[in-house]
Amino acid sequence: MHTNDKSGIIDSMSDDVSQSESTEADVVGEPGLALARSQAKLAEMAGQHGDSPQSGRRVVFGLEDVSVSYSGMVAIRDVAFDIHENLATAFIGPSGCGKTTLLRSMNRMNDLIQGAEVAGRITYHGQDLFGAGVDAVEVRRRIGMVFQRPNPFPKSIYDNVAFGLRIHGMKDNLSDRVEQALRHAALWDEVKDRLKHSALSLSGGQQQRLCIARALAIEPDVILMDEPASALDPVATLAIEDLVGVLKNDYTIVIVTHNMQQAARVADMTAFFSVDADEKTGNRSGVLVESGPTSDLFIRPSDPRTEAYVTGRFG
Amino acid sequence: MEGFATAAALLAVAVLAIVLISVARKGFPALNLDLFTQNAAPFGQSGGGIENAIIGTVIIVLIAAAISLPVGVLLAIFNTEFAPQRLAEAIRLTLNVLAGVPTIVIGVFIFSLIVVGRGQSGIAGALGLSIIMLPLIARATEEVLLLVPSTLREGSMALGASRTRTVLTVILPTAVGGIVTATIVAVARAAGETAPLLFTCSIFVATAVTTDPRQAMATLPIVIFSSSESPDPHAQQVAWAAALVLIAVVLIGSIVGRLLSAKTRRQIERAR
Ligand SMILES: Nc1ncnc2c1ncn2[C@@H]1O[C@H](COP(=O)(O)OP(=O)(O)OP(=O)(O)O)[C@@H](O)[C@H]1O
Ligand SMILES: [Mg+2]
Repeated sequence: MHTNDKSGIIDSMSDDVSQSESTEADVVGEPGLALARSQAKLAEMAGQHGDSPQSGRRVVFGLEDVSVSYSGMVAIRDVAFDIHENLATAFIGPSGCGKTTLLRSMNRMNDLIQGAEVAGRITYHGQDLFGAGVDAVEVRRRIGMVFQRPNPFPKSIYDNVAFGLRIHGMKDNLSDRVEQALRHAALWDEVKDRLKHSALSLSGGQQQRLCIARALAIEPDVILMDEPASALDPVATLAIEDLVGVLKNDYTIVIVTHNMQQAARVADMTAFFSVDADEKTGNRSGVLVESGPTSDLFIRPSDPRTEAYVTGRFG
Repeated sequence: MEGFATAAALLAVAVLAIVLISVARKGFPALNLDLFTQNAAPFGQSGGGIENAIIGTVIIVLIAAAISLPVGVLLAIFNTEFAPQRLAEAIRLTLNVLAGVPTIVIGVFIFSLIVVGRGQSGIAGALGLSIIMLPLIARATEEVLLLVPSTLREGSMALGASRTRTVLTVILPTAVGGIVTATIVAVARAAGETAPLLFTCSIFVATAVTTDPRQAMATLPIVIFSSSESPDPHAQQVAWAAALVLIAVVLIGSIVGRLLSAKTRRQIERAR
């Protein structure tokens, strides 16, 4: 169980955190309860009845009327929903509806794009991500990201994983930490004999798992994945999906995907976005259509657009 | 149209061939060990070499590289990683203008800035050459920095690296081959420049090796320039031989630069 401190980015906000930390401790302390909980999780994953997956879980991200624009052009607007701890949440929707844009706002990667602007509020464990005094670098340490195309550094496999550790001064037991991260990303057995080889010598699927290991090494709280399997073949895709299923026990995962089956397979919660044209100006921008437990979206969608999309009639 | 283009290309190759062949033919006879181990012979005596000119050129070009390499690389980094669009454009334009300034003007500039009052020196010559090398290094470095895929930048920043850290640990190591190449090409180019040295580093003791850059030093271009004007046929022979050495250095530098550059490009492309 992931036990490192998940409190706020700056120390001020921790009240609700310490509360739920104790629930976590209970789970660890009581094997029976832990078992019951994992069984409940299995039931949820299979999309069967029981409580909705998010009930009783802490909110990690609170999105409150979030709009993101590039140089004044609104890419996605008025998004409001919560993302819960230790669940995999999928963003789905047609191309250009702002999934990537929203995802990149959640670890402030959009800061790097000139002209990108976030309106509304994104909270992380209750704290405003864009508030004064919040350090974007610290945000990105806690909220890791995996990109659409694998982007290992042209360095050795080892140095790729050690990169973030060195940056953040986590240099004690460096080799152990690297091994741990590679094991966590289900890559260790494939690379343990060639850690000094270039990361570029790996296959695409291995490279993507290396990028996941690289993100895991610095012990983040959340991992944001932007279509992590879209550049991979079906076998490598399944490996990534299995990994997501395991990782969400320890991390909160947000995964953008174009693939409906993938969302159904890996995500506990799903948010469906669409593109709307403004009645007055005709400007197109992304909107949130519906969000909730994945099984609800797929089996009982409450919006006809969602139904059309998930049944493949549109998109 | 195609015919003209082909003819123009052939003409360019022919000019290069003619220059190479004539320099080789005239310089080859004087190309012996003495050339590299002796200095200019006193007037009227035969023999003599260009040892001092080779040493002088090496020292001056090294100093010029030591100045222009860090400045050029920093400029390129500033332009690609930190500067706002408009400022980057302005700097790029400035570098292009600087690259186009006639080298004799650079010589006069250094002369009025440094030589007047202080006298000629290797350092003054090196400063002149560094102004020629700066835009070459800065522009070529910028080009290779832009080749570094932005996905690597994002990967680094997403792990919580600062911009500076990203530049130092991801971007520069990826681009280092290209920077080395740019430096080699710039060195080869500067080694052959004559005009900036005329006013700044041309009055030297021809018969001895000078290694102190605070004094004027013999250099290959200036020795070629002055010896070829000499009425002494031996001196003229030495001038041709020196020209052959210089051309060889410049050619080898450019070719090595080209090859390395192609290799770097391939390497960076693999990281895409
Ligand atoms: N860097 C940028 N500068 C300007 N506009 C951008 C930028 N990135 C995205 N956009 C615009 O924002 C809108 C949303 O793009 P985004 O990439 O977030 O969509 P997406 O849902 O991730 O699409 P896809 O499924 O194709 O990846 C698009 O209209 C796009 O043109
Ligand atoms: Mg996208």
